[in-house]
Amino acid sequence: MSHRVRVNPIDCEAHGMCAELLPERITLDEWGYPLVDEAPLDGVLVEHAIRAARACPTLALLVERERSRRRA
Amino acid sequence: MSSPLPMMSDEQPMARPDAPPALPRLLAGIPPEGAMTLDEHIAVHGPPPVVRGEGRRRDRERAGALIDEIERAGLLGRGGGAFPTAIKMRAVAGSRGRAIVVANGAEGEPASLKDRALLEALPHLVLDGGALAARAVAADELIICVCESADAGIEGVACAIEERRHSPRYSDFDRSASPRLTTVPGHYVAGQESALVNHLGGGPAIPTFTPPMAFERGVRRRPTLVDNVETLAHIALIARHGAPWFRRVGTPTQPGSALVTLSGPVAYPGVYEIEHGASLASLVEAAGGFTARARAALVGGYAGAWVGGERLRGLALSNEHLAPHGASLGPGVVLLLSEEACPVAETVRVACWLAGQSTRQCGPCAHGLDALAASLQELASGGPQAPAARRIDRLASLVQGRGACGHPDGAVKLALSGLETFAGEFDDHARHGPCDLCARAPELPLPVRPVGATPARKAVARS
Amino acid sequence: MSQLAASGPSAYWYMTRSTGAVALVLLTVAVALGVADVQRWSTQRWPRFLVDSLHRNVSLLAMVFLVGHILTSVLDSFAPISLGDALIPFAGAYRPFWLGLGTMSFDLLLAVMVTSLLRQRVGYASWRLIHWLTYASWPIALLHGFGTGSDVKNGGWLLASSVGCLAVVLAALLARVLSSWHANVVLRGAAVGGAGAFSLFLALWLPGGPLGSEWARRSGTPSSLLVHSHAGSRGSRR
Repeated sequence: MSHRVRVNPIDCEAHGMCAELLPERITLDEWGYPLVDEAPLDGVLVEHAIRAARACPTLALLVERERSRRRA
Repeated sequence: MSSPLPMMSDEQPMARPDAPPALPRLLAGIPPEGAMTLDEHIAVHGPPPVVRGEGRRRDRERAGALIDEIERAGLLGRGGGAFPTAIKMRAVAGSRGRAIVVANGAEGEPASLKDRALLEALPHLVLDGGALAARAVAADELIICVCESADAGIEGVACAIEERRHSPRYSDFDRSASPRLTTVPGHYVAGQESALVNHLGGGPAIPTFTPPMAFERGVRRRPTLVDNVETLAHIALIARHGAPWFRRVGTPTQPGSALVTLSGPVAYPGVYEIEHGASLASLVEAAGGFTARARAALVGGYAGAWVGGERLRGLALSNEHLAPHGASLGPGVVLLLSEEACPVAETVRVACWLAGQSTRQCGPCAHGLDALAASLQELASGGPQAPAARRIDRLASLVQGRGACGHPDGAVKLALSGLETFAGEFDDHARHGPCDLCARAPELPLPVRPVGATPARKAVARS
Repeated sequence: MSQLAASGPSAYWYMTRSTGAVALVLLTVAVALGVADVQRWSTQRWPRFLVDSLHRNVSLLAMVFLVGHILTSVLDSFAPISLGDALIPFAGAYRPFWLGLGTMSFDLLLAVMVTSLLRQRVGYASWRLIHWLTYASWPIALLHGFGTGSDVKNGGWLLASSVGCLAVVLAALLARVLSSWHANVVLRGAAVGGAGAFSLFLALWLPGGPLGSEWARRSGTPSSLLVHSHAGSRGSRR
């Protein structure tokens, strides 16, 4: 079960803490907004991602569990 | 457009002598002025395809059968997304909670008139489709959304609802989801699905973060089927005539007919019904022919793409034929640009307008579209070419996919398409500055449509 | 001199005063860090997440000291302060108004703390709304300190510390207000005006109030606790 990081672009106000706390997946563009690498997170990165999500002042960073695919 | 809409059908494909004409379908029997009355509607299209007095169980079977028929017909959404309608309906029907059907007639695309046309002249088709869709997804509410400035459309729908209420057969047909009319602001993104749902829930008509999508949690947290009014009109006909009939025109991947708004240097610009795959040439012919030479066409509206010069000649209007040109039919808008207009100036104008239509909720969109418009302006006014061109390339990759809705993606697509199609003209402008045509009156319609107020905390942060 | 015979001030009494003083300093630091946080201040050595974390942790630490301050004041046998007084303001027997201010300040901070710990459940909008209460909580806490603290007059260290904290908070508030002055001019003007009025009030009130004569009696210390010294002007227990 892997996790991914996603940004709610409406809530995001470019504080930039996510890029500081999860540089493996997040960098900032020229306006300070996060550029997210949507590759799955594994192991200890998940903890860092959760910490980054808690740190986000506007709660715009989301750590999502990969939805298990059900058979139609 | 103040004149009554010319309602001409496209040339018909080869038909058997005794078969009814393939087109018009939606526009069949459209009155020259005003709305088609309920009686006229029944006379042209027949009674509503539901037997009165049948038990509830029969209704549910019919409902499931309708979605199957729509799937067989291959109906795609007519609001611009071309999403398979049957899939959306099944998703709503399968979500938890009592569903709501929303008929999207917001039509924020400036050059598009087809939704207004349907609502003002053929409201019963839309209402029929809405009622059928409501049964199919077991909805108990049907909301018809009309642009607040479309007075004729508002009147058309309101009168039609009244007529149906006084008809015993139709009030029975509508009984599970009585239609109600709501107006929607006119800015560009107001008709976007989540923006519409936001507005109907009492909020501003600006997009929200998805998921959850409207089909699982929409208006008042209930599963909501948001369909363009033209899509519902097609459903009304598919329910009467069946999927094979629907597929008799159009292409295998894009079956059926579609409403298209044609504007620009033709004798009779307006709303036309074509079969998917019809040629641009035949559409122009139906519109009375060119009144001036066309240098390019903007296909798909302001989130669409330019098709220029020689490529116009054999152009066919279906997504599979437009795809090699980087375009798609979108909400059925074809804007012809004459040789008397400057494509560079027009592209810059549209880019600026699109930047202004950003709700500024998302930083990359607000900043990116501003920068994009500024860079295009630099190119157009004879600035140093290379830095502006590089910036536009970088902006394109920086902006796409980073907004809550598709607005920034559409703006980028338009800008890149303009740069590619009019590479020569942009080059000229970069070297020599504005051309003679730049000062002329603009051709592409861009209304002033202030975007609704955004909540204060969403103000874009200082960069 | 005071007549306290066999019983000297208990350890709890000293602890309640010290924890209270430290809590005020910590809250002051928390306010300063909070303003730095919202102003997005950062340097190479002080990244954004550090300022934010420090703000949250200092606030939590302040709450720890506050809880200690409350418990020790309850446990201290001198003043009749009950546990209920810690949560319900203005109902106590000992300097009810001034103690009640402290209770109120603590209640506000409690709301902020709970919503902050449960931020992800509560949601950003609600959390932000409640967080504004901190701007009310601080001056109320300061007034509480002046009103109940018996050391304000004596020794001067508490007075100096309190005034120092006030200076820091005023500076932080000014930095917050002046940054985007053109936005919400009315609100920001009101904030500056309010802060100015508050400071003026303190300057006028302190000399005749807590720093003046017989404050202990005037502030509502139960008469049974009041000891009249020979000098006649020291109302507080020594």
